[in-house]
Amino acid sequence: MEKNKEEPKRFNESGIEVKSLYTQEDIKSLDPAGDIGKPGEYPYTRGIHKTMYRDRLWTMRQYSGFGTPEDSNRRYKYLLTQGQMGLSVALDLPTQMGLDPDDPMSLGEVGRVGVSISTLKDMEILFAGLSLDQITTSFTINATAPMLLAMYLSVAENQGVPFPQVGGTIQNDILKEYVARGAWIYPPEFSLRLIADTIEYCARHVPRFNPISISGAHFRDAGCTAAQEAAFTLADALEYIRAVLNRNLQIDDFAPQLSFYFYTHNNFFEEIAKYRAMRKIWAMTLREKFGAKNPRSCHFRFGVVCGGSTLMPQQHEINTVRVAYQALASVLGGVQSMFTCAMDEPFSIPTEETARLALRTQQVLAFETAVADTADPLGGSYYVESLTREMQDQVEALMAKIESRGGMVRAIQEGWVQKEILEEAYKKEKRVQSGEMVVVGANRFTIEEEEKELRLHEYDSRVAREQVERLNQVKRTRNGEDVKKRLDQIRQAAIDHQNLMPHLMDAFKHQLSLGEVCQVFKEEYGTFQQPLVI
Amino acid sequence: MEISNPEKKIRILIASPGLDGHDRGAKVVSRALKDAGMEIIYLGIHRSADEIVKAAAEEDVDFIGLSMLSGAHLILTEQVFQKMSEQKVSDIPLIVGGTLPKRDIEKLKQLGVALIFPTQTPLDRIISEIKEYRSPQKT
Repeated sequence: MEKNKEEPKRFNESGIEVKSLYTQEDIKSLDPAGDIGKPGEYPYTRGIHKTMYRDRLWTMRQYSGFGTPEDSNRRYKYLLTQGQMGLSVALDLPTQMGLDPDDPMSLGEVGRVGVSISTLKDMEILFAGLSLDQITTSFTINATAPMLLAMYLSVAENQGVPFPQVGGTIQNDILKEYVARGAWIYPPEFSLRLIADTIEYCARHVPRFNPISISGAHFRDAGCTAAQEAAFTLADALEYIRAVLNRNLQIDDFAPQLSFYFYTHNNFFEEIAKYRAMRKIWAMTLREKFGAKNPRSCHFRFGVVCGGSTLMPQQHEINTVRVAYQALASVLGGVQSMFTCAMDEPFSIPTEETARLALRTQQVLAFETAVADTADPLGGSYYVESLTREMQDQVEALMAKIESRGGMVRAIQEGWVQKEILEEAYKKEKRVQSGEMVVVGANRFTIEEEEKELRLHEYDSRVAREQVERLNQVKRTRNGEDVKKRLDQIRQAAIDHQNLMPHLMDAFKHQLSLGEVCQVFKEEYGTFQQPLVI
Repeated sequence: MEISNPEKKIRILIASPGLDGHDRGAKVVSRALKDAGMEIIYLGIHRSADEIVKAAAEEDVDFIGLSMLSGAHLILTEQVFQKMSEQKVSDIPLIVGGTLPKRDIEKLKQLGVALIFPTQTPLDRIISEIKEYRSPQKT
């Protein structure tokens, strides 16, 4: 740095050079209609709705769930009285991995990081007193997403709610699990088929439900850049679309139900440009590559998390400020649904107070700052439009690279994506530890403070006991012959390549457990073999 | 065990036991240890205690490193110790890293964990503590 007398160059996290000034020159090459356009018009760079938040604010949806279904049901009712607009269900690891609470691998994990669900009975209790045509629910669930959706739809059926009135989202994005979150069970081929089953089923029967939320968030929190997050996620989306197009469905039959999910990190304008660029790439891809005619197919609808790995335990009150800026960037980027993390999340499950402040952060943005009054207020900014274009170029180049490697499934099986992310994570860690990347309160502007006591939910063995007891109760009502017959039926349906959704609903209605059903598929299709990349 | 020579690379097996799938920490630390000249046998996530201990015995490693973030670290560490004793490899020092509340650090020490690295431990310190732990014992 010293030998260069000129001001050193600056780059954003995606490696794009950021100049000290942008002028008209920088957007000269952009087509005012084709590149920028208007909100609500193709290619939707400026937003998917004409008036954006004036007609409808983003959804404030805080992630929560723990313990028994009764415990979580009480928390959901509290959150709804506090002005939350939809539910977001956290599931425990056994549920995410298709294991019943009495499985030896479930030891110590039942109800720990989310609520425990293994039978339809559990799901009924989770939504007791909540009418499924009045609320929408988002489930952070992947490998077992089709099973949880089958249970949720069965609850709706029991409540007398017709499927066309059921709204919500299942994450259901297995490809990012292989890379960055780890909650996988089956190999890619069978997993993609299950996902195609859910998308097809929802396209035909549950039109208000998002059967997938294609996620970049986990790539990002595993350490990749904003441009990589965008490219890996869009490349995953191409794999899912291709899997469903084999089902005798047209692109417009299901594309309007695809949704996305990202992390908003600290680099303010980079994040805004990321969302604007992705919106445009998605619209162009759907129209030009897949021939979509319905404008809604081209709508890039996405939710975000603000917080995640940018949160620090040191001087943790600062996290509220970080999250507030990230939330503002998300809104300026045109987000549809937002989860703001609580300030104590780096060392604790949020308390009721910190969870409330996190929600209030969004409410201040929505109701006091007036940023929601005008659609895409940054549209036309020399810097933002130019950066949007540069992000677009970089994301498209990365997507082309992935396609040339044979697509995301192959790139993941070969460990290429994992390696790319690890390189970035390692680089970033070294930059933080050397102080080159400033983290306020952690590596600069530090103070002497007592080490934070890490507060996790006390593991409550009561939860495991109650859940195992309920599972046993459910199992006692069944007839052994009948169980065997139904498990064989579901195995046969899988072998015959039928859409498994109706079979799953049938299985849970007859009190089969999540673990039993998942075991059948493990026997037929095996499990994913992780490439070990370091 | 053979007589150690200072040139011999430190061999560490790193794995995440249990159901948790978060592996950024395990991978970044593995990467840093590799850059520091150590040999890493990385087993990945969702490993059972049995798989981890068997692999450690077969690979004749100097350390076993466990990464855990879900909060189940006490139960999982006990399981690994039990398997180590069954497989008669209790002499391999165990390292534990991840989301570890302060009050559990004492408990992990009592269980017999050699080195404990909660999240936010600088990479340099992890490297130097591993090297220090090994040299006085083996030379």
